[in-house]
Amino acid sequence: MKRTIIVMVIVALLCSAGLMANGVSEGTPIVTLRFEQFSGTDSNDSGPALKEMIAAFEAKNPNIKVELQTIGYDDYFTQLQSKVVGGNASDVFELNFENFVSYASEGALADIDKMVGDTAGFNQTALGAFKYDGIQYGVPCSFSNVVLFYNKALFDKAGIAYPTDDWTWTDMEKAGKAIRALGNDIYGLYRPTTFHEFYKGVKQNGGALMTEDGKAFTMTLVQNVETLERMVGWQNDSNIMPTEAQMGGMGDWDLFKSGRLGMIVTGIWGFSDFTTGCSFDWDIIVEPGNTQHASHFFANGYVVSATSKHQKEAAMLASFLGGSREAAQIRVKANWELPPVNYEDILASYLQITPPENREAVFKSLDYLVTPPVVKQQAEMQDIIGGYLSQVVYKKMDAKSALEACQAELEAKITL
Amino acid sequence: MNFGNEKMIDSGRRGWRRALPFLLPSLIGMVLFAYLPILISLFLSFTSWSGISRISLTHGFFKFVHENFLGLQNYQEIIRSSEFWTVLSHNFYFIVLYLPLMLVFSLTCAVIINSKTKGSGIYRVIFYIPVLTSWVAAALIWKWFLSFEYGPINNILSFFGIEGPLWLQSETLAMPSIVLASVWKDMGFYGMIFYGGLKGIDPTYYEAAQIDGASRKQLFFKVTLPMLSSVTFYVVMLSLINAFQLFPQVMVMAKDAGPNGATQVMVERIYKYAFRFGKMGYATAYSWILFVIIFFFTFIQKRIEKRWVNYDV
Repeated sequence: MKRTIIVMVIVALLCSAGLMANGVSEGTPIVTLRFEQFSGTDSNDSGPALKEMIAAFEAKNPNIKVELQTIGYDDYFTQLQSKVVGGNASDVFELNFENFVSYASEGALADIDKMVGDTAGFNQTALGAFKYDGIQYGVPCSFSNVVLFYNKALFDKAGIAYPTDDWTWTDMEKAGKAIRALGNDIYGLYRPTTFHEFYKGVKQNGGALMTEDGKAFTMTLVQNVETLERMVGWQNDSNIMPTEAQMGGMGDWDLFKSGRLGMIVTGIWGFSDFTTGCSFDWDIIVEPGNTQHASHFFANGYVVSATSKHQKEAAMLASFLGGSREAAQIRVKANWELPPVNYEDILASYLQITPPENREAVFKSLDYLVTPPVVKQQAEMQDIIGGYLSQVVYKKMDAKSALEACQAELEAKITL
Repeated sequence: MNFGNEKMIDSGRRGWRRALPFLLPSLIGMVLFAYLPILISLFLSFTSWSGISRISLTHGFFKFVHENFLGLQNYQEIIRSSEFWTVLSHNFYFIVLYLPLMLVFSLTCAVIINSKTKGSGIYRVIFYIPVLTSWVAAALIWKWFLSFEYGPINNILSFFGIEGPLWLQSETLAMPSIVLASVWKDMGFYGMIFYGGLKGIDPTYYEAAQIDGASRKQLFFKVTLPMLSSVTFYVVMLSLINAFQLFPQVMVMAKDAGPNGATQVMVERIYKYAFRFGKMGYATAYSWILFVIIFFFTFIQKRIEKRWVNYDV
């Protein structure tokens, strides 16, 4: 019995050795790429979609194997920084638009200009966002903007007409007040006075936080002061938007899904969550502006580490996941943001998915894209501006003096 | 006589030589992973290093020094900024609330555990469980506990007709809420230290006092507390050092430094500058300033120790 087992083991070993020898002799050596990202998570359809994309890439490139590592957004950049400094960064990793410049300017990324191949399939605005000093350091992988979501049931209950794409702040305020009047714990609008919302808000009011050439801050413009006063007023005066106290620790999406919020300004990445989580009808419109429309542009991209030993293969992977037809199809099917591509048929299939009925607003919003100022000290700048905005929300300072103090601090601390 | 001394020195040296191979593994570990990084961080605090670019001793080190060396500029900037004084005041606010509460509660824990009542062993487990819980898990539980609408604390208050406050969303209550959670988490640990101290008190002191007709209250304040002074000193020193390093509870319970920055503290700033703002040099300077502050307070405590600490147990 013992002898039979030994013989079987030897035969099995010989067979597997034979198979391995066969595999090596047939193809080129296998390249293993480490790939690290945060946006595709198994908590929704995006994680499985990403794995499907990787499988499609591996099927096309049998000599490349991809090791995927997903890390939660909150910890992602802390661990990434340690790995990059320690020379142990993954071959391909994800970066958001705000962090891209810091990494590109510090020499942590490989120039993949010549390695990504044909980039005609990419949306050129999104592709351009991952250029630094004229060099392509990454490719976009997802692309999203912000729209106004509204709860049709609350509009019906308040007896007011549904919003349209040509709405302005005044229309939004009116509707907000009508919905707020429906009940003590029902609110009209959620649009917090944060850096991102404020940045976009001033654009919607014809202002700006920086000069066109990005060489100086312009925090104290009249339009900016007006914007801040109006945004804070939604919360503190008309109270169509709940204060932090009224939120009582509840998340903004949860408030919308609970059916107690008329309108929320948020990203199109909310589609799949709202589709499953809302028991009422909802739809979207292009976000209302005051003097003009302005919509946020968010892009995440894949970059290749400067220390990667397989930069060519890594660039191929990044390019495939971001700009290939196959990957874009998988992304649309999973309702996972907008693929940063130009393929008409795929974008058309994106439009067919409902809700929202007015999915076209996503594309209309692209005509009004604004990008936040990207400077090397991006996060620090946001922290400073956010701090002063909160001083106004908490009634510690008035809008004008807060923006003046903010301008002074930015000039002292942020190098443009 | 001389001969004897030489022999002692010789045997001392030989002892070292023998001990060295046993000490080396941990010594190397300490030097490589503790002392060396501390020294490197001191060097980095004089630079404008981003924390992203690579520094190599063999490749372009002098270029790095030339381009990034700032001297004392980081330290000057920090001390001149109003932000530093604000976060420092938040740290002190935490300490002022936390320290007395923690002392009272941990001593109470120790007294309960030490009492010979039935089931005091169970209390030992109950008080110690929070110590073993990770801060992230504990902070999440407390976040829910203190939730305005769904938290049990406000629900209990509403049962008595009191409208519970906004804990973590209010500027005035955010820090006290964090103090509450911190006391709950730490009292078991310091309680155990106090318990050790209680066990070490010679029962004859109590017997003598009882013969003299001392009441229970007198026993506690005139015998127990003075006899615990050395343990209290140790606990105060340790908890003060830990309190200055307040971090995980702030990060989890009051995300983004709390309402209007009410819970922004030193280590939160260090973390943000190092890992969010790409200013590792500035962050290391911040941590060296924190070190000096902690060192200063520990030193002061050591100096005044003799005035109130009694080691005659």
